Amino acid sequence: MTNHWVDIKNADIVLIMGGNAAEAHPCGFKWVTEAKAHNKARLIVVDPRFTRSASVADVYAPIRTGTDIVFLGAVISYLLANDKIQRDYVTNYTDFTFLVREDFAFQEGLYSGYNADKHSYDKSTWEYETGPDGFVKTDPSLAHPRCVYQLMKQHYTRYTPEMVERVCGTPKEKFLQICEMMASTATPTRAMTIMYALGWTQHSVGTQMIRTAAMVQLLLGNIGVSGGGMNALRGHSNIQGLTDLGLMSNLLTGYMTLPGEKEQSYADYIATRAFKPMRPNQLSYWQNYEKFFVSFMKAWWGDAATADNHWGYDFLPKLDKPYDMLQSFELMNQGNMNGFICQGFNPLAAAPNKGKMNASLAKLKFLIIMDPLATETSEFWRNFGDHNDVDPKQIQTEVFRLPTSCFAEENGALTNSSRWLQWHWKGADPPGEARSDLEIMGGIFTRLRALYQAEGGAYPDPIVKLSWPYAQPHSPSAEELAREYSGKALKDLADPKDATKVTRKAGEQLAGFAELRSDGSTASGCWIFCGAWGPTGNLMARRDNSDPSGIGQTINWAFAWPANRRVMYNRASCNPDGKPYNPDRKLIAWNGSAWGGADIPDFKADEDPAHGMGPFIMNPEGVARFFGRKNLAEGPFPEHYEPFETPLAANPLSPKEPLALNNPAARVFPDDRKAFGKPAQFPHAATTYRLTEHFHYWTKHVRLNAILQPEQFVEIGDALGKELGIASGDHVKVSSNRGYIQAVAVVTKRLRALQVDGKTLHHVGIPIHWGFKGLAKPGYLANTLTPFVGDGNSQTPEFKSFLVKVEKV
Amino acid sequence: MSDPRAPIGSAEQREAAEARRRDLILRYSAAVRTRHWLVAIAFVLAALSGLALFHPALFGLSGLFGGGPWTRVLHPFLGLLMVVIFLILAGAVAADNRMEPRDWAWLRQYRDVVNNREDRLPEVGRYNAGQKLIFYVILACLVGLLLTGLPMWHAYFSMYLPVGLIRLSSVVHAVCALVLICTIIVHIYAAIWVKGSVHAMTRGTVTPGWAWKHHRAWFRETMTHAANSRPRAD
Amino acid sequence: MALQSLDIRRRSATTTRSPDIRSISTGGGVAKLIDTTKCIGCKACQVACMEWNDLRDEIGTNTGQYQNPHDLSESSWTLMRFAEVESPKGDLEWLIRKDGCMHCADPGCLKACPSPGAIVQYANGIVDFHEENCIGCGYCITGCPFDIPRISKRDHKAYKCTLCSDRVAVGLEPACIKACPTGALVFGTKDDMKLHAAERIEDLKSRGFENAGLYDPAGVGGTHVMYVLHHADQPQLYSDLPDDPHISPAVRVWKGVTKPFALALMGFTALAGFFHYIHVGPNETDERDEAAARDLARKQEKAP
Repeated sequence: MTNHWVDIKNADIVLIMGGNAAEAHPCGFKWVTEAKAHNKARLIVVDPRFTRSASVADVYAPIRTGTDIVFLGAVISYLLANDKIQRDYVTNYTDFTFLVREDFAFQEGLYSGYNADKHSYDKSTWEYETGPDGFVKTDPSLAHPRCVYQLMKQHYTRYTPEMVERVCGTPKEKFLQICEMMASTATPTRAMTIMYALGWTQHSVGTQMIRTAAMVQLLLGNIGVSGGGMNALRGHSNIQGLTDLGLMSNLLTGYMTLPGEKEQSYADYIATRAFKPMRPNQLSYWQNYEKFFVSFMKAWWGDAATADNHWGYDFLPKLDKPYDMLQSFELMNQGNMNGFICQGFNPLAAAPNKGKMNASLAKLKFLIIMDPLATETSEFWRNFGDHNDVDPKQIQTEVFRLPTSCFAEENGALTNSSRWLQWHWKGADPPGEARSDLEIMGGIFTRLRALYQAEGGAYPDPIVKLSWPYAQPHSPSAEELAREYSGKALKDLADPKDATKVTRKAGEQLAGFAELRSDGSTASGCWIFCGAWGPTGNLMARRDNSDPSGIGQTINWAFAWPANRRVMYNRASCNPDGKPYNPDRKLIAWNGSAWGGADIPDFKADEDPAHGMGPFIMNPEGVARFFGRKNLAEGPFPEHYEPFETPLAANPLSPKEPLALNNPAARVFPDDRKAFGKPAQFPHAATTYRLTEHFHYWTKHVRLNAILQPEQFVEIGDALGKELGIASGDHVKVSSNRGYIQAVAVVTKRLRALQVDGKTLHHVGIPIHWGFKGLAKPGYLANTLTPFVGDGNSQTPEFKSFLVKVEKV
Repeated sequence: MSDPRAPIGSAEQREAAEARRRDLILRYSAAVRTRHWLVAIAFVLAALSGLALFHPALFGLSGLFGGGPWTRVLHPFLGLLMVVIFLILAGAVAADNRMEPRDWAWLRQYRDVVNNREDRLPEVGRYNAGQKLIFYVILACLVGLLLTGLPMWHAYFSMYLPVGLIRLSSVVHAVCALVLICTIIVHIYAAIWVKGSVHAMTRGTVTPGWAWKHHRAWFRETMTHAANSRPRAD
Repeated sequence: MALQSLDIRRRSATTTRSPDIRSISTGGGVAKLIDTTKCIGCKACQVACMEWNDLRDEIGTNTGQYQNPHDLSESSWTLMRFAEVESPKGDLEWLIRKDGCMHCADPGCLKACPSPGAIVQYANGIVDFHEENCIGCGYCITGCPFDIPRISKRDHKAYKCTLCSDRVAVGLEPACIKACPTGALVFGTKDDMKLHAAERIEDLKSRGFENAGLYDPAGVGGTHVMYVLHHADQPQLYSDLPDDPHISPAVRVWKGVTKPFALALMGFTALAGFFHYIHVGPNETDERDEAAARDLARKQEKAP
């Protein structure tokens, strides 16, 4: 979230799209009801299904799954055409005026530089035009045909209300009604929040969908302001913490990145990440990258990380390609990965194409499961009849099951969607032989290290030199780790302005990432968490909910990264002079000598607004980008591509270019491409989702939840039910080109047939929560059906859009 | 051919003969008496348990049955028992309860009936019109209680039936029970009032004078029947 | 756990006054307000109810709907009911209603109950079942206009929502209220809840729900569980919420006039007999009757 849960109550318009907050985030959804009840907010829900969120919405519009970019692109077009943009904000705080290189081009769904064989782009033309001073050229008049404003306007002219009706199946009047409501927040005193979740991320163009929505918010001036923002609702209670701490295979902590195999030089690695300002007097905060990186390396390798060895740069792996989930299971399936430590993960259920997962896991030599529950993955080798029809005799994988404690059985911090690190305390001892994940990992590490120390190996240094300063090496404590990721001074730190003064003594915890240094004198395991356990103690454990701001800015509650900041980009809540756009919902303001207010300023604290520093300090431009440059795989402006399994034969936006039917920059493994189904055989658009009664594949092990939703079902619309002679309560078989499931049919008015490109299209809704383990009635894993393809950037699987057929059993 | 209204079976014939030997007349065979008293006992128990459930003031009666829950458990079974035995009893006595023209005259002269002026009344058969009326009222009430009691029987039937029917059944059940209880009070009082009746239902026999006075037509029939069945002296 | 007897205002199958020394509770008693327009049907209230009351229903099946368990039961005292309704404009509405005991001011269950003290009404308005006095007859089901009580097949006792009388007695709100994430459930004095409802209704009217209103049916004397409905003119849209609930006339007759009338009539019948005996005396047979009988017998013997 750019903002935070409580801040949703300040919204005037709430858009829930690409998510179903009432269903999946009922506790957070309370802030939507607060906004409605006390701020007269209007709630808009756009979803293929009439969801629980829709049941309390003021306006609901149906949309075909996977076509959100068409909808949102048309919103952009509407806002630009009707001049419903917050002009002061957009001209000062975005790249509207920036000029783009002359050789940048877009035609029939493809950007310049496409390589059809490699399914990827040479992105060199996706860049601004720079002048002789090294800065980007701009045209404040916005008249230049290659300024971002003109290019964007041109790009989205094809995205019309008629196109929305044709591609999304959304009635034109509903679409226009929603546009009008959204446009009402283009004034400085009104704000719209957008709440989304996996309904956007789990598409082959998921990242671009989110980006399109962010562009809508920028046009309306809704980023950085109270009641606005792009608010990702995270699913698992600590999934935010997972990315923050760099558990993605290409990440280091705090969104620093692992080097690629071509980046053997430390200096080059830093230079390409410490962005220099692209406009005069911009902060470009990533210029401090080396401070974060060196402090991180000191946290990991301690004294072994020195200036001489580039802080242990050689200890880091250099990636030849991303090793995301899909890639890993592909390698497993090819027999190239034969051991798997599966920690807190149930991939047989949670990864696409269960058939491929079964085959992949069966090729492993060993599989270690660390989980509080007896997961499906841990028994992938066992025959559960039709629900898991495997022959155990043919599977040689050795499975070790290590029971772990769950969150309530240990201390630690969880990071929520609001980026708050909230400390929690152990409530009970873990049952039986269960141990904490820390203890298990500590045990495995210390034994591995001993083996490397005794036997050496090709390159044992990263293991044997790893800093492991914990009181009990086999069982580090949550507190030790928290102090480590927050960070401390390794030497006495001198005040840069007065070398005689010591600002921080050696060994002392640091108050924030501004104290980090690139000379090896500080250590911080995760720079954005720096200060969470500061010199005054554990700020994550704070529980002061007093709110002097009156707008829910409880800044003494827990710790929000970065720097305890609650609303990111909050400098943009003020006009260029430093005065709040909306005096009723004031976050920060310039008082003539400093920035301050109800939030921690996301800005240089003493920067006079007269000097023109932009509010988006992490961008070298200093402003927000409509033109995404080279950051995403598909191109600088989001473009609609059909899901990989689409009911359409051609992309209505670029009908002449077959390469632009699906995401041209997505990575698809050859066997998986063969496993895609065609609409002739699988005519219905399917989407998977969660129910409020359950949490993933966990709560089917819990009696209370099993009582509330005991048995697997799929949802089909009235019209499809009639067509196939299926009534509520009948059993149906739902098949994709990869397998089938059987479940009870819930025939509902809430899934209405849509008119798409002149044809009637039915959606099939598939809740995911059942499997062959647990207390609920045994069922099929929904991911038996889903395609093995991910988003072009995040590689998040396309669970939300695929093709199936439905038959009555 | 024997009189179809005469006691059936050899045991009863022996009983009748034994009565005659003592100059008495067999009015109720042992079999009939048994059925009557079984119905009577079932009635008393059903009525007491029913009353306990019917009116708060009488809830204390549930103590007789081991408390409220036991009362709730037993009442429907007692009621069912009462109905079943009564129907068996009714099978034996139904023929004698057919209304005849003289019964209507008897009923019209109810003032003579209640004032013990029997000499003014038409001759009466085995049962008088009052007894016949009671028979039919009891039959009707029991059928009513059965039909309304089943829907009210929560353990087995209520869940299959609409609540409206159960509500209607509840009130009809109460009315039927009320009529039945009042009728039985009349019935019991009549037995106390007409001396010799209790003996008839306990010991089975009445004196010829009792029969002559209260059921003269029946007395005549009995005499005829007795003469026919008496063995020849010579 | 029950409130103290001093707080009992009415008691089933009891013809005398209950302890009445305390002045009536303020604010019209307590009330739960269920705002169907804020409810997202998440079933947190169902879980809270099961957890607080230590209830565990069966793990059932899916019958083609979201509603689970399928119906109220002795172990499910509250239940979300889901109804899909199309408005005249063609827009779909998913009307979700938390079902459970309404805690009527004039409770049909209490009226129908034959067991003294099995059902009580507290001064704060809560209607509570005291299962130790329950005999399992099911009359409460017959009496209830909302089809709420359920009898356990295991112990044959009637169960329903207690409005967490145990929690309320010690100043806590009911468990469902505490669990509700959206504020669709609120609890307080009935007067306050009506004020809160009025604000909600005003908001709903501003959103085009012209018939938004409060469901506090007068037919049962008002209830201590009330609904805010978008369509207060059509309660039946909400999974058959009764339009005009009241204690059925059959039950009123059964538990009203029939009771004293029956006792009187039975007593009268018995007394009539007694006084007949006193006045008219027994109808006896004497020696003359026997002689007449002998005469008749002889005549008859000669006749053939």
